[in-house]
Amino acid sequence: MHADRDESAGTGGGAAGSTLLSKAREDAVTPYTEGDPILQVRDLAKHYPLTQGILLKRQIGAVRAVDGVDFDLYAGETLGIVGESGCGKSTVAKMLVHLERPTAGAIRYKGEDIAKLSGRALKAVRRNIQMVFQDPYTSLNPRMTVGDIIGEPYEIHPEVAPKGSRRQKVQDLLDVVGLNPEYINRYPHQFSGGQRQRIGIARGLALNPEIIVADEPVSALDVSVQAQVVNLLDRLQAEFSLSFVFIAHDLSIVRHISDRVGVMYLGRIVEIGSDAEIYDHPTHPYTQALLSAVPVPDPTARAHRERIILHGDVPSPANIPSGCRFRTRCWKAQERCALEVPLLAVPAEFRLVDTPARHDSACHFAEEKRVVPPEGELEVPGPTEPAPEKPGRTGPETEEKPGTTEGETS
Amino acid sequence: MPEPQSSDGAISPAGAGGPMDLALEEGASLEKNPAGPDGTGPAGKPRSLWSDAWRDLRRNPVFIISALVITFLVIISIWPSLIASGDPLQANLDDAQKGSEPGHPFGFDPQGRDVYTRVVYGTRTSVTVGVCATLGVAILGSLFGGLAGFFGGWWDSILSRLTDVFFGIPVVLGGLVFLSVVTSSTVWPVVGFIVLLGWPQIARIARGSVITAKQNDYVQAARALGASNSRMMLRHITPNAIAPVIVVATIALGTYISLEATLSYLGVGLKDPAVSWGIDISAASNYIRNAPHMLLWPAGALAITVLAFIMLGDAVRDALDPKLR
Repeated sequence: MHADRDESAGTGGGAAGSTLLSKAREDAVTPYTEGDPILQVRDLAKHYPLTQGILLKRQIGAVRAVDGVDFDLYAGETLGIVGESGCGKSTVAKMLVHLERPTAGAIRYKGEDIAKLSGRALKAVRRNIQMVFQDPYTSLNPRMTVGDIIGEPYEIHPEVAPKGSRRQKVQDLLDVVGLNPEYINRYPHQFSGGQRQRIGIARGLALNPEIIVADEPVSALDVSVQAQVVNLLDRLQAEFSLSFVFIAHDLSIVRHISDRVGVMYLGRIVEIGSDAEIYDHPTHPYTQALLSAVPVPDPTARAHRERIILHGDVPSPANIPSGCRFRTRCWKAQERCALEVPLLAVPAEFRLVDTPARHDSACHFAEEKRVVPPEGELEVPGPTEPAPEKPGRTGPETEEKPGTTEGETS
Repeated sequence: MPEPQSSDGAISPAGAGGPMDLALEEGASLEKNPAGPDGTGPAGKPRSLWSDAWRDLRRNPVFIISALVITFLVIISIWPSLIASGDPLQANLDDAQKGSEPGHPFGFDPQGRDVYTRVVYGTRTSVTVGVCATLGVAILGSLFGGLAGFFGGWWDSILSRLTDVFFGIPVVLGGLVFLSVVTSSTVWPVVGFIVLLGWPQIARIARGSVITAKQNDYVQAARALGASNSRMMLRHITPNAIAPVIVVATIALGTYISLEATLSYLGVGLKDPAVSWGIDISAASNYIRNAPHMLLWPAGALAITVLAFIMLGDAVRDALDPKLR
């Protein structure tokens, strides 16, 4: 799978054939049948209590930031999690790396529930799950040299590298993330945002983890630098056989890097599936609305596509609607939606059909609706496409293809 | 320190080539400007904040001057007879308020005692009170304030209310009450009293800056790596939260020396045969129009001492901030 990914990256966006091939193979083989998930998240919840009173605090409610999230992460894959601000993406990330303790639910790393670990056992698990932070300006200690920052993991886990070899390891890591190993004695303020994010990535890699949780790793960066960092992550994934949980609000970046995508709304995953399934065959109305807001570079295609404008605001996570939490803004909402919580499962009407729409979607009235225009209309001729390097643009035109061909073959 | 050419690394080559090109160019642009200006280069010893700060301090003239002044003050407070041969208590009323004359460069005080000798001998008391009280206040205050800020919760609530209580005690009134029951004629009761009333000020500042520092992502990153609380406090929070404490503590040092004077003037600080700048300043302040020299010499000594400590604090604070290098 890594080879496939690499190949598709190497041959570039223009070589549609190989991309198509590798993508198709990937979808067929992984991640659904291959091995057990490396990380299983079940019913994960984080409620922040709302209290009243100064001395005798009384709980009057809870902000349900994350409220029952389920997903699996397979070895070597990238799971993208998208959603708007405040939907609980970052809280999920923090719980995965144990910066927040879940209120309920389980996070099973290779079968072991790490949510309840503490002390030495927790420290051992931390080695395998590391985080890349959103803001490269606050995630590096301004008073530590780069060598100290990247070397700190080895000080905390001295068993990983003997003392004498640490400096060399730090320089190797700098090299791996595309920075000059001679930077080792510099301070973070001497670097640009993109370089700082590379330092943050090197720190995350130091312990040789199996899983990296990246919480909006590029949203604080310039668009041109975003692509470099995303491509770096892509390359590192192949090099170190990493599994990524990639959290972002930028749909095109998530699509570029992810094998599977989960869409979150108000503390829950509403739809999850492979990137082609989600982007080309969304069945949940929220996903459809979200996708219809993605900017389309081609003006003719833009004229053809349908914009779904949602009305109202996201309800407060302290006061979540009954039944389906999206019903207050959904154009399909009916009485059933207020009474029954839709489960995240393959909707009944798609269960027996072999279509890309057959993926988990938490909607009573799930139906396929294509919002991103089909690839033919989107094909943008011009200078960007035949670029030999993987282009900085994370445009949908390359990845559009597997989806459509799949649709045709099925 | 090196020019922040990092920014151009992000902007200029971005349009030119693919991501890997950029990485190379970043490296290349660095090659032109290898290592620091110090010439130690990448092959040199690994560096850390403290070694860099020390190297920085050694070349800082402000630090060198203030360190020399402080060393001098410490030496004469231990051996005042090195530079003053007279007796600070020997009084001759015939000489009262006289100006400078040979052998007595600073003149005489209202009791006819030699001002120069008294300034030299007063150093011990004043420097002891200033330095010990400041150290005590800074250590106690940053310990309590820092722990309260770091752990929050109940500790924080209790500590915050406690500081409010201490802030409510008027200094002079508190001094009259606390120190009038003490009979010792040494400086230690005064030092103890100042520490008792002074620590909440530093505690509040330390608490605030620890709370600010601990919200930074790098503290979270350290926690995600499995760092212990003590590592997070020592490596990440302390260096980033200590600057305001240093500033306030060095300024407070002067205040404490004059507070000792106030207390001595009120008769609850040092008892009479004691020699201190504060005692002399308050005694001379009544004669400022007739004989200003009696006030100016001890006040000048006090000013130089305070200035030296403030400069030292400033230099240390700057050395601990890599951005200023």
